[in-house]
Amino acid sequence: MRAVGVIFRRELAAYLRSPIGYIVAAVVLLLGGLLFYAQALGPAAGERLSGDVLARFIYNASGLTAIAACALTIRLIAEERQQGTQVLLNTSPIRDWEIVLGKFLSALVFLTGITVITLYMPALIFVNGKVSIGHILVGYLGLTLMGSAVLAIGLFATALTRHQLVAAAVAAVVTGTMFLFWPLAQIVDPPLSRVFAGLALHGRHFRGFQGGLLHLRDVIYYLAVTYFFLLAAVKVMEAKRWE
Amino acid sequence: MVQLTEVAKYFGEKRALGPVSFEIPRGETVGILGLNGVGKTTLLRILACDLRASAGRVVIDGVDALADPHEVRKRVGFLPERPPVYGEMTVGDYLEFAGRIRGLDRATVAERKAVVEDVAQLTEVDGELVRNLSQGFRQRVGVAQAIIHDPELLILDEPTHDLDPVQIREMREMIRGLKRSHTILVSSHILSEISQTCDRVLILNRGEVIASGTEGELFGRLLHATSFIVAVSIDEPQVENGDSGAVQPGGDDSIGALIRSVPDVDRVQRVEAAPGSAAYEVEAAKDRRAAVCRALVQNGHDVVRLERTQRELESVFVELVGQRAH
Repeated sequence: MRAVGVIFRRELAAYLRSPIGYIVAAVVLLLGGLLFYAQALGPAAGERLSGDVLARFIYNASGLTAIAACALTIRLIAEERQQGTQVLLNTSPIRDWEIVLGKFLSALVFLTGITVITLYMPALIFVNGKVSIGHILVGYLGLTLMGSAVLAIGLFATALTRHQLVAAAVAAVVTGTMFLFWPLAQIVDPPLSRVFAGLALHGRHFRGFQGGLLHLRDVIYYLAVTYFFLLAAVKVMEAKRWE
Repeated sequence: MVQLTEVAKYFGEKRALGPVSFEIPRGETVGILGLNGVGKTTLLRILACDLRASAGRVVIDGVDALADPHEVRKRVGFLPERPPVYGEMTVGDYLEFAGRIRGLDRATVAERKAVVEDVAQLTEVDGELVRNLSQGFRQRVGVAQAIIHDPELLILDEPTHDLDPVQIREMREMIRGLKRSHTILVSSHILSEISQTCDRVLILNRGEVIASGTEGELFGRLLHATSFIVAVSIDEPQVENGDSGAVQPGGDDSIGALIRSVPDVDRVQRVEAAPGSAAYEVEAAKDRRAAVCRALVQNGHDVVRLERTQRELESVFVELVGQRAH
């Protein structure tokens, strides 16, 4: 596990030293702020219940979190391959799962950091309206869990290729498809609709978090997606050695 | 130290290496010589446990690389052709990172970092960002990361790649220094590089080892004639027209005639030489360097230079590669 910590610290420092981390954070905070202003504070916002405003904010934040997660992960392994630094990791006495886990945790901490900065918006609702801290906390737990699932998808994508653009495309397609499962579930008949709803990254599994309701099945779903794609990333890295 | 038995590597249907078999005893410095694309890097990556062999057995320091690659990686330091450095890190931070992922604790890393920075002459750039360093310094950082955990086996893939002549010389000196404490494998397609730093040469062609031995053994086995350059000091007046006082090539003279009188010497030709000396390229049916030097010294000449010609090294290589090509 020590290797996980060493890789985690290097990757986190890389986010803080390179422009990509700051660009992603700036875009997320800017768009999040604009959306919040338009839907809660601006002239077109209208009168809404505080709980609705918070739910809407969490809904918007989930989309931004997914985009940020994709953007943060695409460099993680593809860039190492592109720049030839993957050799250092591959020839060190560390295991592929330690590399993947260290990188994943660094991205998760950085993404969570960005998400935490957005807390001033729910805080405004809390001060000026009537929402519970529980609702805010559950909403942020949902954002973190969904973010971790998308990060795992991104890591899987970046493990597949040395080209960051290809990694970004794969991550976007897989994440987009899993988001689309929910609208698809609304238009197809059972039992397919149940399968799509069960697999959807958004919709059924995120609605609870949006409304401040914590369901164990939703937590397990996001953890399972995270685990599945991290495992897939490890297997891809192992397979690359046999190429 | 290193034992390879029938090792092969395939990328899909394409055979990139092997089957190759060889052994390297502890403490030896071995050069892997071959043209570009013959499988040198594949071989070194397998030895460094970056790639797994498709077939065969690799044993390093008694540990099977296929069964326990993790343990092998602890004993191997690897410098790929392109040093695996992170541009956004400082040299010091990078070496600490390299040491930590090799399993060293903080105290040992600090101790080793000081040692490898000294060996690679990096102490003065410890706080510099790697991306701001010249290619030569980056290559040194690459060597430093490869030895930070004091490995038994050091693998250097084209260590002089992209370096200027001064940096090549410094790298050569560094490798010579490392020979004292490591078993080293160096790959190159530059013949003179290998001959100047290695105890033994393995020549690779089309994924197979086609010859191995010391430089002398290869010369003896493969050259039908040897050629070398011998230079002696001469008293010659400086030329006023600015052409320096160097002896001009071509023509005949007494020294050339003396060399030609040595048994088995087939051809003597005067070549360009530094001012105050006369140089001759000598071709003989067998190695006559000692006899030629003896004849020159006994006749009162001071020998100031004696070396095998680059053409001779190339002859060995071309002979081998050419044999296989037909």
